[in-house]
Amino acid sequence: MDTPQSSRYSCTPVSGAPPCTCTGEATIDREIRSTDSTITFANRLDHFLARWGVNRMGHRVEPGLCRLGNPTPESPVFASANYTLSFDALRSSLAGIDAFILVLDTKGINVWCAAGKGTFGTEELIHRIETTALASIVTHRRIIVPQLGAPGISWMEVLRRSGFRVEFGPVRAADLPEYMKTQTATPAMRTVQFPLRDRIVLIPVELVQVIPWAVVATLIVGFLLNWMIAGQLLTAVLAGTVLFPALLPYIPTKDFSTKGLLLGALVMFPFIWVNMAAGITSWMQAGYAITSLLVFPPITAFLALNFTGATTFTSRTGVRKEIFTYIRVMAGMLVTGTVLAAVLFVVRAGGV
Amino acid sequence: MFNSYEKNTLHLDPARCINCGICQTVCPHAVFASGDKVAVLASPESCMECGACMKNCPVGAITVESGVGCAEAMIRAAITGSKNETCGCGGEGESICCGGTDECR
Ligand code: SF4
Ligand code: SF4
Repeated sequence: MDTPQSSRYSCTPVSGAPPCTCTGEATIDREIRSTDSTITFANRLDHFLARWGVNRMGHRVEPGLCRLGNPTPESPVFASANYTLSFDALRSSLAGIDAFILVLDTKGINVWCAAGKGTFGTEELIHRIETTALASIVTHRRIIVPQLGAPGISWMEVLRRSGFRVEFGPVRAADLPEYMKTQTATPAMRTVQFPLRDRIVLIPVELVQVIPWAVVATLIVGFLLNWMIAGQLLTAVLAGTVLFPALLPYIPTKDFSTKGLLLGALVMFPFIWVNMAAGITSWMQAGYAITSLLVFPPITAFLALNFTGATTFTSRTGVRKEIFTYIRVMAGMLVTGTVLAAVLFVVRAGGV
Repeated sequence: MFNSYEKNTLHLDPARCINCGICQTVCPHAVFASGDKVAVLASPESCMECGACMKNCPVGAITVESGVGCAEAMIRAAITGSKNETCGCGGEGESICCGGTDECR
């Protein structure tokens, strides 16, 4: 794979590697590259750019077999994805352990998502075992696969077709040293959490996606209507993309849509309060409050609902149910609110 | 009320189960627990329908309609009339779906 990203590959070819013994086995990739556990500044920069969605599909490692440290034929084999964040998490967690890393071609996607799509899957794993001639490199027949790869990998199938026994390691690479010592994963190592840190790192990608649209819409509203409404729009969007992921577990109700509606309503209160202080006729203030609470919370709620895809626990059945229940409600609120706002605007312009 | 996630498509057939424990190993939400003779569903409502248990149960005792719980992908599928509800992260990279879980390898 000669892509421009090759300069970022953390897994570089071994210098002086024996030349390919090309005897018609063109599909066998005998090159074993070398890597280490150090995360360099270039790696960190690459992770940062990946987080911000820059060159999204470009954060790749070359698929194939990698040597970590000085592995012997008895050393363990770990499977990984060819996404730099996944690969780097694995190799840095294995500091001090001599091992082989079998990098699957997941098209630059992390293990879990790739497993869901099937690219981190049975076929690809068997294919890599074959093309790297793994069976001739190690004497054992055991391959440690991240637990989150399980949606894509059937251990029975891999065993039957390649002779390798899949062992599902812990969810987090950071637990691997402990796992290698005890050979067991505690229930905590087997479960996925969604702590604040994991939620916060998702914010940049969310932002990058909606900000261009939000800025354009805000400017249009600002110039055509007024800057207060523009500010409300931007606030609603930021609530859905920044506040929502951060506050997710603390907002009441289970459904993301209702959580979003609540949060969206909450962030409208400062505007309503400022408007109260401005001292227009009280029914006009009431009208403003009602329209604000109808128009903007659905925007936050829609963004909140879209966040389901980034979480670690929402089921398809549940998300589908949410869509059927709330999209209607959101659209209804938005339309009613807009009509009401238009009526208020006309009435006010009429000088009543 | 306000909980769309109480029900899902996970089903365990105890008659087939040989209590091998693989489902407990692969499930990221501790849905299964070991019972006396067969696996039991300790918290079926936590299931996210990832399909790992079904894929790895050696006797086919588990069924679940697995798929990605991503609203963006489903809404896009609904609007375009497409049957493809997977997130766009494999191709154009438009979706946030795959932003998650990086820490999890
Ligand atoms: S994986 Fe299948 S057979 Fe094994 S314990 Fe679970 S349900 Fe039973
Ligand atoms: S589908 Fe996934 S989350 Fe649900 S029970 Fe099976 S392994 Fe657990």
